[in-house]
Amino acid sequence: MSNELDYLSRRVALGKLSRRDFLGRAAALGVTTVFANSLLSSAALAEGPVKGGTLKAGMQGGASTDSLDPATWQSQVPYKFGRQWGEQLVEIQPDGKLNPKLATEWGSSDDAKVWTFKIRKGVQFHDGKEMTPDDVVATMERHSDANSKSGALGVMGGIESVKKDGDTVIFTLKEANADLPFLMDDYHLMIQPGGGKDKPTAGIGTGPYKVVTDEPGVRHIGTKFPNYWDGDKRGHAEQIEIIVINDATARTAALQSGQVHMINRVEPKIVDLVKRVPGVTIQNVAGKGHYVFIAHCNTAPFDNMDLRLALKYAMNREEMVKTILRGYGSVGNDTPINKAYPLFSDDIEQRKYDPDKAAFHYKKSGHDGAVLLRTSDVAFPGAIDAAQLYQQSAAKAGITIEVKREPGDGYWSQVWNKQPFSESYWGGRPTQDQMFSTAYYSKADWNDTRFFNEKFDKLLLQARGELDEAKRKAMYRDMNVIVRDEGGVIVPMFNDFIDATSKKVGGWVPDGNQEMSGGYALSRCWLIA
Amino acid sequence: MSTPVLKLVAQRIAMGVLLLLAVSVLIFVGTQILPGDVAQSILGQSATPQALENLRRDMGLNDPAYIRYFRWLGGILTGNLGTALSSGQDIATSLKDRLWNTLFLASAAAVVSVPLAIGLGLLAVRYRNGPVDKIISGLGLASTSLPEFFTGYLLIYFVAVQLQWFPSVSTVYEGMPFGERLSAIALPVTVLTLVVLAHMMRMTRAAILNVMQSAYIETAELKGLTPLQIITRHAFPNAIAPIVNVVMLNLAFLIVGVVVVEVIFVYPGMGQYLVDHVAKRDVPVVQACGLVFAAVYISLNIVADIVAIVSNPRLRHPK
Repeated sequence: MSNELDYLSRRVALGKLSRRDFLGRAAALGVTTVFANSLLSSAALAEGPVKGGTLKAGMQGGASTDSLDPATWQSQVPYKFGRQWGEQLVEIQPDGKLNPKLATEWGSSDDAKVWTFKIRKGVQFHDGKEMTPDDVVATMERHSDANSKSGALGVMGGIESVKKDGDTVIFTLKEANADLPFLMDDYHLMIQPGGGKDKPTAGIGTGPYKVVTDEPGVRHIGTKFPNYWDGDKRGHAEQIEIIVINDATARTAALQSGQVHMINRVEPKIVDLVKRVPGVTIQNVAGKGHYVFIAHCNTAPFDNMDLRLALKYAMNREEMVKTILRGYGSVGNDTPINKAYPLFSDDIEQRKYDPDKAAFHYKKSGHDGAVLLRTSDVAFPGAIDAAQLYQQSAAKAGITIEVKREPGDGYWSQVWNKQPFSESYWGGRPTQDQMFSTAYYSKADWNDTRFFNEKFDKLLLQARGELDEAKRKAMYRDMNVIVRDEGGVIVPMFNDFIDATSKKVGGWVPDGNQEMSGGYALSRCWLIA
Repeated sequence: MSTPVLKLVAQRIAMGVLLLLAVSVLIFVGTQILPGDVAQSILGQSATPQALENLRRDMGLNDPAYIRYFRWLGGILTGNLGTALSSGQDIATSLKDRLWNTLFLASAAAVVSVPLAIGLGLLAVRYRNGPVDKIISGLGLASTSLPEFFTGYLLIYFVAVQLQWFPSVSTVYEGMPFGERLSAIALPVTVLTLVVLAHMMRMTRAAILNVMQSAYIETAELKGLTPLQIITRHAFPNAIAPIVNVVMLNLAFLIVGVVVVEVIFVYPGMGQYLVDHVAKRDVPVVQACGLVFAAVYISLNIVADIVAIVSNPRLRHPK
C-alpha cells in the first residue's frame, strides 16, 4: 500500500477524513473504489484495542531534577507519567465534562459549600493494599498543609476541612464553590497510600501501570498493573516507557526511526515538514493554552485605560496565528477564555487589529515616548518573533514599542509578574472560575496583570456559588467582557497542542485538556500489531 | 625510580590538591552569585509565596556563606555530597551513575580517537607535504571545524533515520547488555571522535616533525633505517611529552565538554545532569559536579605532567 493511501485510511479510522473524501482522494491516486473500500475496512479493523507490546513516548519536559512526589510536579514528563500510574477522584473528559474515577459520585449542599464524594470500593494500590476513604483524606491533608510545598496548595486554599464519613469524604469549604469537583482533577491530587505522608516519592498509586523504572531526566517505565480496577478501558500495552528527549530535532528523529511511537511538542515551525514524513500523523487539538502580553493595570503608564486599549487594538492577531503558530491555533480576544471552556459565550465581539482606533486611544492616553516590552525565548515558543511582529503592527498606529530581550534563566523569577509589561503564557485551567481565580482575582498570587476590579471580583465569587448554569454563564460573559475591555492582558492567540504519532499507534483520542491526548496517551493508545 | 623524579611527582600531586581546594572556593563563590533564588527556581512559575517561604526555611538558606562553605567541604571530605535540593535524592548515588556513563562514553571515544589520531599523525609525518598528508590534515580540520550539533544531526539523519544502522537515542541504563550499549553509543562516539581527532593528529605531526630536525635523526637516516622505523623508534619516544599533553587535554574535553552531544543523542551523562541542576539552582549538585569536573581536569593534567617527567631521560638519570 502506498504511504499516501496508508496515511489517508488511517485518517478515516481516526475520524479526521470522511469516507467519501477518502474514496475521492484514492481515485485521484489511481486506485479503484473496490480496492479503496477494502483498504478502509482493514484500517478500521486494525483500530480495535490491541493488547501487549511496549508503547514508547519521546517527550520534552523532563529533567534529572524530577521526582515521583506528585506535590513537586511542574513539567510535562513527571506529570504525564503520573497520569499513567496514579489517579484522582475525577477525570475531565475531552468534552470538558467530569467522569467518575476514584470517586463514584458526588454532590453538594444547596449553597455549594459542603461537597460529598462517594469513594469507589475494591480499588487496589500497586502495593496490594485497598484504597480507602482514609487515604483520600490523608492525600488532601498533605496537599493543603500550609507547610507543604505542593503545587496544589493554591487549589486547596479554599477548603476548610476534609473528613471521612463511612465510605464518603466530605469537603467543607470556606466559600461556596460550584466547581470543586473540577479542582479534584488536578494532577497533584492523585490518591496515594496514607496520602503519601510517609513516603511521598514511593511511586505507588492506583493507575493502570505501576512504576518499575524511574530515572529522572532519562526514562520512566511502567508495567501493566494486573489488578487495575477499570480493567480493559485503560492500559492496553504490556509496558509503557517515556524517554526524555528535550531536543526537538532528536525527538522528531526518534519518531522517524521508530525508536518511539509518539512525541509531544512538535514545533509549529516544522509541523509541515513532519507531516510529510511517511507513517507519521500529526495530532493537533485546540486547547486552553494561550500566549499573553501582560501589562500591570496599576503601574504607570499602563494604569491608563486608553493606553491599554491602544495596545490591544495595535495587536494583529491573525498575523500572529499565521506567523507564530503557522495556523495551529486560533485568535484570542483579550480574555483567557475560549470556546474550549464550559459555559463559554461565543457572542462577545472579536477584537480586531485597528491601527486607527489604536492611534485614537494612544493620543487620548497622552502617553509620550516608547513603551518598553520585556520578552525572552522562554516566554513562549516564538516569543521574540511575536514581540517584533507586535512592534511592527504597533508602529503603523504610531506607537513605538521598545523590545528588551531578557535572559531565559531567571525570567520567571525576575521579569514575569514583576515587570510592568512582558510576555508570558498560560496553560489554561479546567474551568473559567479556576482560570479567573488563578490570575485575575484581585487577591490572587499570580494576578500578573495587577487587575483590581471590584465588580469583577464580586461576579467571580457570586458565580462560584451559583448552581444554576444559565445564570453562571451570563455572569461569566460579563466577566469576560470586563477583562477584555478593562484588563491588562492582551491575548493574541490560543495555541494548539501538537503531538505526533507513528503508524503503529492506535486509539488516539483528541483531547484538548492537555497535550498527549489530555495526558492519557500512553494508557489510552495501543500498538497496532 | 630516582628521588628527583619522585620528588617532582609528589610536588605535582600536592600542587593538584592545592589547586582543587582553590577551585572549591571559586565554585562556592560562583554559585553564590548566580541570580535568582533556589526556592523560586524549584517551584517555578507556579510558586505561591507560602510554599516559597516554607522551602527557603527548610533549606537553611539564611545561614552565612562561609558556614555553608565549611559544612560543604567537610561533607565532601567524608564522602558525603549531600542531597539534591530539587528531588531530595542522594547526590553521590545519582552522580555516580552519571559519572560512570560519561566515563564510558569518553573512554569509548578515546579508544577510537587516540590511536587513530596518533596513527594518522605518524602517517602524515611519514608522507609529509605529500597528498596523503594533505588529505589527512584537510579532512581532520574539516571535521573539527563543523560544530558538534551539525555533525550529530547529519549522522542522525543519514545513519539513524535513513539507514537505521544505529539508534538516534543513546539512552543507556544499568543492566544493558554490553553489545547493545556499544550500538547505542556508536553515533555520539563518532561525533566526539570527529571533534577531537584533528587536534591530536596535528599536534602529533607537529611534535614529531620538530624532533625530526634533530641531529640524531640524521644519524639514524645515515645508518640506513627506513623512514617509518626512524619515526617510531627515535622520533616518537622523544615527542611523547607534548603528544600526551594534547591527548590529556582532549580526554578532559571528552569528559567535561560534551553537553551538546549528550543533549542531541539523549545520553544520560554528567553534562545534562549539571545543566538541569543549574536551571533549577540546585546549588549542592552544581557544586558537586563542578568539583568532579575540576578533579578530572586537574588529575588528567597531572598525569600528563608525570608522563612528561618520566619520559624525560634527563630527569630519570640525573648526573
